[in-house]
Amino acid sequence: MNRSMKTAIGIMLTAIMLFPIYWMINVSFTKDTDMRADPPHLFPLHGTLEGYRAVLDQQLPYLGTSLLIALGTVALTVIVSAPAGYSLAKLRPRGAGALSFVLLVAQMIPGVIMAMGFYSIYLKLGVLNSAAGLVLADSTIAVPFGVLIFTAFMSGVPAELSAAAKIDGAGAFRTFWSVILPVSRNAVVTVSLFAFLWAWSDFVFATTLDGGGAQQPITLGIYRYIGNNNQEWNAIMATAVVASIPATLLLIVAQRYVAAGVTAGAVKD
Amino acid sequence: MAPHVTTRASVPAVPETGAGARRPRSARSGGHWTAWAFLAPVVVYLVAFYAYPLYRNLDLSLHRYTVRSFVQGGAPFSGLDNYRTVFDAPTFWPALTHTAVFTGASLVFQFSIGMALAIFFHQHFRLSATLRALFLVPWLLPLIVSASTWSWMLNSDSGIVNSALGVFGIGPVNWLTSPDWSLVSVTIANIWIGIPFNLVVLYSGLQAIPSDIYEAAALDGATPWSTFWRVTFPLLRPVSAITLLLGLIYTLKVFDIIWIMTKGGPADGSTTLATWSYRLGFGNLLPSFGPGAAVGNLLIVLAMVFGLLYIRMQRRAPR
Repeated sequence: MNRSMKTAIGIMLTAIMLFPIYWMINVSFTKDTDMRADPPHLFPLHGTLEGYRAVLDQQLPYLGTSLLIALGTVALTVIVSAPAGYSLAKLRPRGAGALSFVLLVAQMIPGVIMAMGFYSIYLKLGVLNSAAGLVLADSTIAVPFGVLIFTAFMSGVPAELSAAAKIDGAGAFRTFWSVILPVSRNAVVTVSLFAFLWAWSDFVFATTLDGGGAQQPITLGIYRYIGNNNQEWNAIMATAVVASIPATLLLIVAQRYVAAGVTAGAVKD
Repeated sequence: MAPHVTTRASVPAVPETGAGARRPRSARSGGHWTAWAFLAPVVVYLVAFYAYPLYRNLDLSLHRYTVRSFVQGGAPFSGLDNYRTVFDAPTFWPALTHTAVFTGASLVFQFSIGMALAIFFHQHFRLSATLRALFLVPWLLPLIVSASTWSWMLNSDSGIVNSALGVFGIGPVNWLTSPDWSLVSVTIANIWIGIPFNLVVLYSGLQAIPSDIYEAAALDGATPWSTFWRVTFPLLRPVSAITLLLGLIYTLKVFDIIWIMTKGGPADGSTTLATWSYRLGFGNLLPSFGPGAAVGNLLIVLAMVFGLLYIRMQRRAPR
């Protein structure tokens, strides 16, 4: 098989894999009247922007809430996990191994089950249906992963760096803040990226903890849509397309961080 | 396998060491305590947002809660009653079987397709890196996006899948509305979502195999087929095992896709432990938190068994 042949096959396989995404975009431009055409229209030749108009009219608040929640989750995740990663990688106190173990185990707990526990706690505290409550819950998906990434990355930072800082009289906090953290930029990006995507995509916590809230994320916006008017699939798919923008954007801008994050879980640390 | 996360650390630019030394500290040998001070946030966090919700969950499963006592407290202790209720429920065996079938089928297909693609993309042709990156998109999309797209594609009357099958004379399949097909449908969608993960991890495993081994195999006149079975596959065993176990843990947890596409139905046709737990707790007007939490805890135990296996394997994997 020569190389251009392989490229052709590669393009074909990618096209098959991405077909559902193409279909989502296609349907988002399809007119209501053509929605149930048989056979379905393969290209949006006589398309409409109705779907996207509906997004602008109805979904903007949801998108705003999602952005807020995702950014909050990123901040919380980095604040909690970066110092922990530093300690586990560089200071290695007694009990560090046990803590790493707990973090690995924590990643295995299904979100649905966490949601139930959170629900009963939030109900008591009266913080159901709040964006802050969702930030807290969403961050549980990202914090164990974040510590893992920070630990792995900071272990690779040369010991001379922190030794030099120490000679210059820097304490542990200074060393962390002014030496280790700046050179760990890549880890910060990877962790932030995944925390953002997971919070943006979260459905489990949103539907259990924010089902009746005034501020709801876009995942609930779409879910509502499917339930309420399942005739307007162009509007549903247009919302889905808009909700996919962050993931696509991040993949284009930060592809190597994505690949690093995906493999991190399978990497021996 | 290539530790992506750590290798990148050798690149960082070295900042001026004096920059961090504006305020010298007198006590810099705090050692143990300093180290735990850095860990304090995450420890507090784990206790408050992991241990406590899980404790609440356990508590829920051991008491007879009603909506009233859920809010006001004072539910009577009921021992393992909720667990007994769950085991005796007519949904129990179907849910367990569906979980096994859903997980098993997802893993087999995700892994074998991911492996085939990893080997294909490992040949480094033009555009291979770009195309490989595009393969990641399904994995990154919000699950509600993937699930609703598949719902519409699999729609009985107007879906593209039935329309395509119709060209070959295959009658319309009620993908989501027939109890015989709904589990197949959600499994297909889940396989699609999981392929990128398998591709990326196995690909990085392939990269770690030194190329001179392949050269030696080629010199010995090995065919591509026997090279795969005798060289690639054995060398990828540790990575494969970890990929499969991680996939298993992820798949046991899957809830969103099934709930959005079928709500576990029709007639429990695609109910798994995860969706059942959710339905018991939140799906009805009159929630049964106790049994819901009990199912959830069973799922945790299941995930934990494989989780510990994963940790064990990861510790033993050769560097």
